This record gives sequence, C-alpha cells and structure tokens, in this order.
Amino acid sequence: MKFFRFDRLAWIFMRVSGFLLIGLIFTHLIVNLMQDGGVKAIDFAFVAGKLANPFWQWFDVTLLWLALIHGSNGMRVVIDDYVYRTGVKRFLLVSLVISTTTLIVLGTLVIFTLNPCPVGSPADLLPSFCAAG
Amino acid sequence: MSIKTPTKPKTVFRGTLYRGHEGMWSWVLHRITGIAIYFFLLVHVLDTATVRLDPELYNAVMASYKTPIMGLGEAALVAAIVFHAFNGLRIILVDMTAWASRHHRALFYGVLVLWAVVMIAFLPRHLMHVFGG
Repeated sequence: MKFFRFDRLAWIFMRVSGFLLIGLIFTHLIVNLMQDGGVKAIDFAFVAGKLANPFWQWFDVTLLWLALIHGSNGMRVVIDDYVYRTGVKRFLLVSLVISTTTLIVLGTLVIFTLNPCPVGSPADLLPSFCAAG
Repeated sequence: MSIKTPTKPKTVFRGTLYRGHEGMWSWVLHRITGIAIYFFLLVHVLDTATVRLDPELYNAVMASYKTPIMGLGEAALVAAIVFHAFNGLRIILVDMTAWASRHHRALFYGVLVLWAVVMIAFLPRHLMHVFGG
C-alpha cells in the first residue's frame, strides 16, 4: 500500500521526531551543560540523582529512542546516497541496524535498572539522599 | 545547403561547486552536522552506560570530558546541534508552507542569526565552566 510505504513513513518520522528532539535536546543541554557547574558538575551523584526521578527516566528514554532512530535513519540516507556496491551497502546497513538496536536496548536497561545507592561505594560519590536510608 | 559547423558547447564549468547558493550550504551543513552528532551519540550512550557499572568508573570516564580540549569539542558539538535544530525547522517549514519555500533563502539567514544568538548565550557560560577555576 502506497500510503504506508517505508520511505514515506521515514520522511514523516524525521520531521516529527526532529521537532520533538529540539525540545528534548535543548532541555538536556541546559540542565547538563549550563545549570550549576555545567560539564564539570556531571558525576555519578548528579546522574543517579536525576535518574531516581521517574520524570527524568521517561525524558531520557524518549530522548534515547528518538535520537538513535532519527540519527540512524539519517545515516541510512547517507549510505544510500554514497555507497553503490551492493555488498558494502548491505554490510553497512546491517551494522547500522545492529549497533542502533544494541544501543537502544543497552541505554533503556541502564536508565531503568540503575541503582542510585550501590552498596559498598564511598558515600561522598553517591546522591545525598542515599545517606538517609 | 550548408553544413553546420559544430560550435563549442556554451557550458562553463566553475569548479566543483553544486550551484553554491544558500540551499546547497543548508544541505551540506545539515548533512555534516548530522553525521558528526550521530557519531558523538554512539560514544555518548556508551560512556553514559558505565554509570550502571560503578560510580568511580563513571566519574573517571566523565573526567575525560572535563579537559580543555574536550571542552572545545563540546562547544563544537553544541554549535552543530543548534545549527541542525534550526535548519531542521527551516526544512520542515519549507516542506509544509508555500510561503517558506518562496523565502527559503531568507530563512537560511534567519537560521544563521538564531544560531549566532544561541551560541552567544551558550559559549561564555560553557567556556567559564571549562576554563574558569
């Protein structure tokens, strides 16, 4: 069916996800690079503190999925444009699918299974709320 | 009956630039920034995944992002992201409205102005984080 052709869906996805990614990534950059100490303030306590909050879990997992699918679809278009040899093209496309899937699964697991207060770690490396428990 | 003498072709080749106008630069820059951001994204998901393994390991990995050279790299990354974001909005507008496709050149200069404004807001703060004490 023409209406649901893959390239058409991909074209729509790039515009919709691109629009959403602007809000997601600008927020991500403001919180991580501009607020407080910027890049120098990013450490385990900062990330674990953020990911202990369901809002940031869902924010980050949405960002992860949209960014990786948007980016890998962009790379698919680039490969289509410049690689003519069938064997090389197939190798690159298969690598792209494997790496994208791996990173989406890995990132999603990290976001939802991170323990912000791992036992045996020095308390000064952990978020402040770990001390209360 | 006279025989037509072959005339020299009138086409003049000016280097290898494809047209060389705003539309081309918009396309070239969108592609280059997109590919650059994609490869950073691959590394970024992997470095963030170490947060799941061990607080000290994650902090050590993050320390490599806090050096002066990486700080400049982050500035370049943000510059690429901000351009890709605004130029992407321009692409969506040009696709969707007749007005924007008539004024796509002016919109490209609008993208450059918005990009400059955001970078002027971002750079001093980021460079202070990286180079200030």
